Amino acid sequence: MIIYGTALLALCHLTGLFLGDLLGVAIGVKSNVGGVGIAMLMLIFLKIYLHDKGLMPKETEAGVGFWGAMYIPVVVAMAANQNVVAALKGGPVALLSAIAAAAACACVIAALSRSGRDDTAFPPAHHLEFTEEEDV
Amino acid sequence: MLEMLNKILIANGLVTAFACVGVAIWLAGVISRRLTLGYVHGSAIAIVIGLGLAYFGGRMTSGEKGLADFPLLTGIGLMGGAMFRDFAIVATAFEVQPSEARKAGMIGALSLLLGTVIPFVIGALIARAFGYTDAVSMTTIGAGAVTYIVGPITGAAIGASSDVIALSIATGLIKAIIVMVGTPFAAKFMGLKTPRSAMIFGGLAGTVSGVSAGLAATDRRLVPYGALVATFHTGVGCLLGPSVLYLATKAIVG
Repeated sequence: MIIYGTALLALCHLTGLFLGDLLGVAIGVKSNVGGVGIAMLMLIFLKIYLHDKGLMPKETEAGVGFWGAMYIPVVVAMAANQNVVAALKGGPVALLSAIAAAAACACVIAALSRSGRDDTAFPPAHHLEFTEEEDV
Repeated sequence: MLEMLNKILIANGLVTAFACVGVAIWLAGVISRRLTLGYVHGSAIAIVIGLGLAYFGGRMTSGEKGLADFPLLTGIGLMGGAMFRDFAIVATAFEVQPSEARKAGMIGALSLLLGTVIPFVIGALIARAFGYTDAVSMTTIGAGAVTYIVGPITGAAIGASSDVIALSIATGLIKAIIVMVGTPFAAKFMGLKTPRSAMIFGGLAGTVSGVSAGLAATDRRLVPYGALVATFHTGVGCLLGPSVLYLATKAIVG
């Protein structure tokens, strides 16, 4: 049943956000700390667990896969919601700080991603159901 | 006639949003293939279209939610709001290979720390150069350079004035927009092609919205790895901003 997958995703989402809020309160921060990350980790572990138990049929996976594939459209909608006018009104201080911070971070990313050994890779030709095909 | 249509579109806001976003992405795909010969990713163009429409919406309605301030398009606000964004990000975790994520865990944490301290220092220094010489203003603007949520939370905690807080939000927003639009162009320079590099990126580039859109426009397979780290960004920033970073700034500038 496709709803089992979506419900599993929803439960992980809610539990993760709740734990993130608790973590925020525990360390005295007025924000959610890693709620989405906690939810992602839960979903990863539950997927492996249920898969090993044989409780993860294709339909259930599709109930999660659909939302994963909806990700880019959601991001486009999110972009359309940004307060771009306010951002541009910030003037030179905001613009310069933002550009300089982004540029410095890009350099550090370039240095770090080339340092050390990188033996991580994507699995070859791995296609989830509902994963979007890129038409170039 | 037109009124009836209007009523249906407003009553079915989320469905209207699905249709509009679908059209925008289709249009972006056409532009990507025809005008850039596939060189610029369709998702990147779609995000730029979204930002452009947000600017237009903000100008027309003088609201704060971009396109979603049009009554006809409130559904865009729901679709692009935190609920759907987080739900879709969590769903991408299904594609994470735990073995790959574990290999890059340490460097991900390190980049998270650097991604908080480096933008903070740069933001605070530029604020000082522009005449914001007190520790509270420098800290708030520096925190805004971390993310646009860390800025106002830090500012409120240490008692910054409202124009400085607005400035810190603007700084964070511009940074998020730069990351959204610039990532696909800088991807090669940053070596952004493996799960490990995506996790480094997630820690350093900051803001879930910037990271998630930037990676989506580069290579969709990178998204879950980057998001996994970036989601801790705001939390770490809100933790360090009003405490360690503020005290350090105060100790230095007095």
